[in-house]
Amino acid sequence: MPLPLLVPAAVGVVFLVLPLLALVVRAPWSAIGPQLAEPAVGQALRLSLVSATLATLLSLVLGVPLAWVLARSSIRGRSVLRALVTVPLVLPPVVGGVALFLVLGRQGIVGRLLHEHLDVTIPFTTTAVVIAETFVAMPFLVISVEGALRAADARFEDAAATLGADRWTTFRRVTLPLVAPGVAAGAVLCWARALGEFGATITFAGNFPGTTQTMPLAVYLALQSDPEAAIALSLVLLAVSLGTLLVLRDRWLGRSAAV
Amino acid sequence: MTLDAHVVVQRGSLAVDVDLTVGAGEVLAVLGPNGAGKSTVLRVLAGLLTPDGGRVALDGGTVWDDGAVHLPAHRRSLGMVFQDHLLFPHLSVTENVAFGLRTRGARRAPARAAAQAWLDRVGLAGLGDRRPGELSGGQAQRAALARALVGDPRVLLLDEPLSALDARTRLTVRAELHRHLAEYAGSAVLVTHDPVDAMALAGRVVVVEDGRVVQAGTPAEVARRPRTDYVARLVGLVLLPGTARGTTVELEGGGTVAVGEEAAGPVFVAVRPTSVSLYPERPAGSPRNVWPLRLASATPHGSVVRCDLAGEVPLTADVTATSFAELRLAPGAPVWASVKAADVSVYAR
Repeated sequence: MPLPLLVPAAVGVVFLVLPLLALVVRAPWSAIGPQLAEPAVGQALRLSLVSATLATLLSLVLGVPLAWVLARSSIRGRSVLRALVTVPLVLPPVVGGVALFLVLGRQGIVGRLLHEHLDVTIPFTTTAVVIAETFVAMPFLVISVEGALRAADARFEDAAATLGADRWTTFRRVTLPLVAPGVAAGAVLCWARALGEFGATITFAGNFPGTTQTMPLAVYLALQSDPEAAIALSLVLLAVSLGTLLVLRDRWLGRSAAV
Repeated sequence: MTLDAHVVVQRGSLAVDVDLTVGAGEVLAVLGPNGAGKSTVLRVLAGLLTPDGGRVALDGGTVWDDGAVHLPAHRRSLGMVFQDHLLFPHLSVTENVAFGLRTRGARRAPARAAAQAWLDRVGLAGLGDRRPGELSGGQAQRAALARALVGDPRVLLLDEPLSALDARTRLTVRAELHRHLAEYAGSAVLVTHDPVDAMALAGRVVVVEDGRVVQAGTPAEVARRPRTDYVARLVGLVLLPGTARGTTVELEGGGTVAVGEEAAGPVFVAVRPTSVSLYPERPAGSPRNVWPLRLASATPHGSVVRCDLAGEVPLTADVTATSFAELRLAPGAPVWASVKAADVSVYAR
């Protein structure tokens, strides 16, 4: 192997892996049990898991049909629609949080109506956490499912149509099962992204223990007062991320092996 | 007529304009080269492609009429078999065959029973629990046929059903398909680029080239009296257009051919390559059809060598490997070709 490629590649690996190793090496392993047993930690972890799962479910309900429209329909302005939908992928999450505030805040376009007529306030609630996470994470699911739909052979849908299946039946009984692996991978990606969400959450939902303080927020807060606690919490998030990678391993490795 | 269609579609540079009628119990083959628009016509009949004009009537009811009537694919009573079977990979073979019955409202148990009965009929008894990926190509195509026929549709559309199979499997599946088509009471349309499929399976053939019907008739008529170079090549004949006067035909490309029967006016002359003889020098005696030609190319063709000849009368000759060796022919070499007048068929253009 040529050195001009090998050396930067090795540096790259070290650059990516060393911080994670540092996390493991510097972890206060003896104190980690009591650290994680703290009620505040359990609270943040539970809130994170619940809100990320709810955000993923919401993304599935809205994102899978959206991916279908992008991949299969012939509506006008489809490419513009796709660009709009994927903006949150590149938007700084803090900006997303501000934007959500302008829509759903008490003085927001929709938020004012909700507040005045239904007496519902969204910002700084657990609902706001789920909304912020969905806003940031759903594009991952949409892109993943749209890719799977494009890769799936649309002629199976033709075959279903000649067998008397309307488009909804075809979607349920043929298309969705065909792209199920893509939907699953998209959901896992979406969930992992939602779990790590920080910027949009702290902007739109705030940082209140028990209602809006998710794990990343807790880590950030702990780093300022109790670094050991921050490391312990980070380890938990690292473990969850590695677990996610493990779930996706077969799909990604399987795909690269097939190429 | 169970199927009566006039299909007009513009696809890129290809303008398709085809009339088809198929009666109950009839099998119509649509024969043509790749890209002639055959599959496009079939997709329009199925409702999978919206045509630009024309009319499609299935079983007496109009399902498409230039925009005024448009019955979507899933509400047309038809079955379709695709080139690469398109069995749903996530369903078992039985579930695949039962799919059409279930979407049309049948309950699970009767649908499965009917599916299994059809799997028996196509010789797949006991394989119903397998996934399509666990079937051989021939088995998968049989299952696809069962899936298309299980609902007893009035129209059956077959899109190159045998072309994805290897040669030996194709032979057996073709024979089985022939049996099922003979038992089938509805109208069948078979799209193929293989003349053997068309001749073996269909009662009537339409030849489509560049989106138009160029010839229609029984398989025997089409094979005996081709009207285009494409069909002539498929059935192994050389076609020469000309004008007949008595037993002599003046060819359009120049030269004359003596034929066995009297004819008049514009005609086609068809010559079978096996009836063309080659000589290194002008043959003795006085045969009427003898031309000095040049060898353009020679390719092995089964047990013979197929020699394409260029010159006044462009012919093709099939000669045995032995005589080809004795002639010592190289491409471009001069050669005399002769054919008996009685071996040349002539028919009106």
